[in-house]
Amino acid sequence: MNYIDKLFDFLALLGHAGISKLAGLGRAAIILGYALVAWPQPKSNFKLVVKQLYNVGVKSLLIVAVSGLFIGMVLGLQGYTILVDFGSEQSVGQMVALSLVRELAPVVTALLFAGRAGSALTAEIGLMKATEQLASLEMIGVDPLRRIVAPRLWAGFISMPILSMIFAVVGVYGGALVSIEWLGVYSGAYWSVMQGAVDFYDDVLNGVIKAVVFGIAVTWIALYQGLESIPTSEGISQSTTRTVVYSSLIILGLDFVLTALMFGDV
Amino acid sequence: MRTRTIEVLVGLFLIAGIVAALGLAVSVSGYAGNKSGTYKVYAHFENIGGLTKKAEVTLAGVQIGTVTDIGIDPDMLVAKVEMEIFSDVNYLSIDSSVQILTAGLLGGKYIGLSVGAEDEVLVDGSVIEDSQSALVLEELIGKFLFDKVSD
Amino acid sequence: MTDTDNVIEISHLAFSRGERAIFKDINISIPRGKITAVMGPSGSGKTTLLKMIGGQLTPDAGGVKVSGVPVAGRSRKALFAMRKKMGMLFQSGALFSDMSVFENVAFPLQVNTDLEPSLINSIVLMKLQAVGLRGAVDLMPSELSGGMARRVALARAIALDPEIVMYDEPFAGQDPIGMGVLVTLIKKLNQSLGHTSVIISHDIQETLSIADYICIMAEGKIIAAGSAQQIRESSSAQVQQFINGHPDGPVPFHYPAEDYLAQLKG
Repeated sequence: MNYIDKLFDFLALLGHAGISKLAGLGRAAIILGYALVAWPQPKSNFKLVVKQLYNVGVKSLLIVAVSGLFIGMVLGLQGYTILVDFGSEQSVGQMVALSLVRELAPVVTALLFAGRAGSALTAEIGLMKATEQLASLEMIGVDPLRRIVAPRLWAGFISMPILSMIFAVVGVYGGALVSIEWLGVYSGAYWSVMQGAVDFYDDVLNGVIKAVVFGIAVTWIALYQGLESIPTSEGISQSTTRTVVYSSLIILGLDFVLTALMFGDV
Repeated sequence: MRTRTIEVLVGLFLIAGIVAALGLAVSVSGYAGNKSGTYKVYAHFENIGGLTKKAEVTLAGVQIGTVTDIGIDPDMLVAKVEMEIFSDVNYLSIDSSVQILTAGLLGGKYIGLSVGAEDEVLVDGSVIEDSQSALVLEELIGKFLFDKVSD
Repeated sequence: MTDTDNVIEISHLAFSRGERAIFKDINISIPRGKITAVMGPSGSGKTTLLKMIGGQLTPDAGGVKVSGVPVAGRSRKALFAMRKKMGMLFQSGALFSDMSVFENVAFPLQVNTDLEPSLINSIVLMKLQAVGLRGAVDLMPSELSGGMARRVALARAIALDPEIVMYDEPFAGQDPIGMGVLVTLIKKLNQSLGHTSVIISHDIQETLSIADYICIMAEGKIIAAGSAQQIRESSSAQVQQFINGHPDGPVPFHYPAEDYLAQLKG
């Protein structure tokens, strides 16, 4: 008899967990929708978005650019060593560019973004919740979703594709640096083979679309975790960790889905 | 941080983004924006070999269009290939011939076009009559063996 | 209290958080223009009560009426309009950490009114003068002591000259001078600005010295209500233990445990 009780308890727990996860998802969707719809309030909100673009985009620029440079250089080096066996080392430009533009730029930038900007957003909002600043805003008659959440959302949407493109360009030049200066690939070959292989619409634009999708996902998760965090220092650190973990998993999962959709039927 | 400094930095950030976008467009993908319009031309092949969509259509090695669709012609029971030729290439005579060629040793297939002698040119919807299918390895070997045997 | 001009009417309020019933049947009438104190042991739900008055939480049963109109069920817009007439001083001050003292106090004026910047400037300086911090106008919240932060938050709470000012544990953690300052300020502002003050506190002496009307809450019910004199003379053992800080009484000193001698021997 005891076992049946325990079984029912377990099922009830599953149901409860499932429902609360679903409720959480619903809350998150409402927050996203409301913050987006509440956008039109030009002058003052514009200034807020600019401030957030600085916090979220400009501050991430260094890590994105440096990572892009190194990854591009490694791609050039590794690409060369692989292709030289086939006698195709002059095509290394194509390999570097396609890897970056289609996959590495959006994905790695998004992962870096989640770690740097995403966790900062979660911690900031969590702290505002813990020190009752969000409640103060409500009592003063200002909607925190409009004033705090919406500008950060838009800043995330705008920054991610920009960062991803910068990553790709810096990476391609990094690959060029290594291949041409160090490994002796002809600069003409590097660029022209690349240009022949990279299609603006199919490769570059698709990469940018990926970056936009990742930007929406990461920013949304970061802000939601911040708003839902338990207002203690332990709670905030848990939420920050959750942001990074969930964002990373969702980025990789979405990447698979998007890649299958975009490049699936070659 | 002072608001002025922040605004300047954000402005620079946005400019960097635009520069990156342009760099990607021009240096990386060689986008020349020559989508000045295209017209469709068709050809039939017994065997398309490994020809795929988005393969190049070339004249004397220079790209003049792209393969946009490959299907079966239900009446003639052969492959029907649809090509989009750039609008400014409007001097292809109606008796031009097309051939499926291979780029390099292991390269992909593409279509090479040779212009004929007629005055009339191909327009949207024209069908190229003279076509040569791809070289298929098995048929080559079979032909070789057959020749060998008959020696 | 038979005063018919009650700006806040709380009737038959019931609220539970999970399994725990926080309010069972609360009835409080808060008279206009006076200082009303709601006191009680920690965890008796005093902050929750303020949140219900401000409309941030909805009761399970019963209701709160502000100026005759029920709070629950108001639309978002009506709720924000109501809150503009209320000022709230949070326990932690809750100043916006990215704005200076001036910007914090000016904030409610900037978002809720169309006043000219020069006029807002004057009002901010006047409010800061009232709390004695006009000299700190350009400091950042991180540069303020706890007591000063609370006074700035008070200046912000009265920026719009609200009808109701609510204080959430204003005396908590203050040194004697800071305590004296706040007590004087609350009394003076109440008299000169004529608003209704609601103080949530468990600092007996300070609160009893300025409150006109006191309610003591415990275990989800009101156990005493009246003037300071009436409370001091109350015959209830619970009230006497609370007022005089007796360590043992209706709230026992010993946490329930088994027999002492038995456990020692055991």
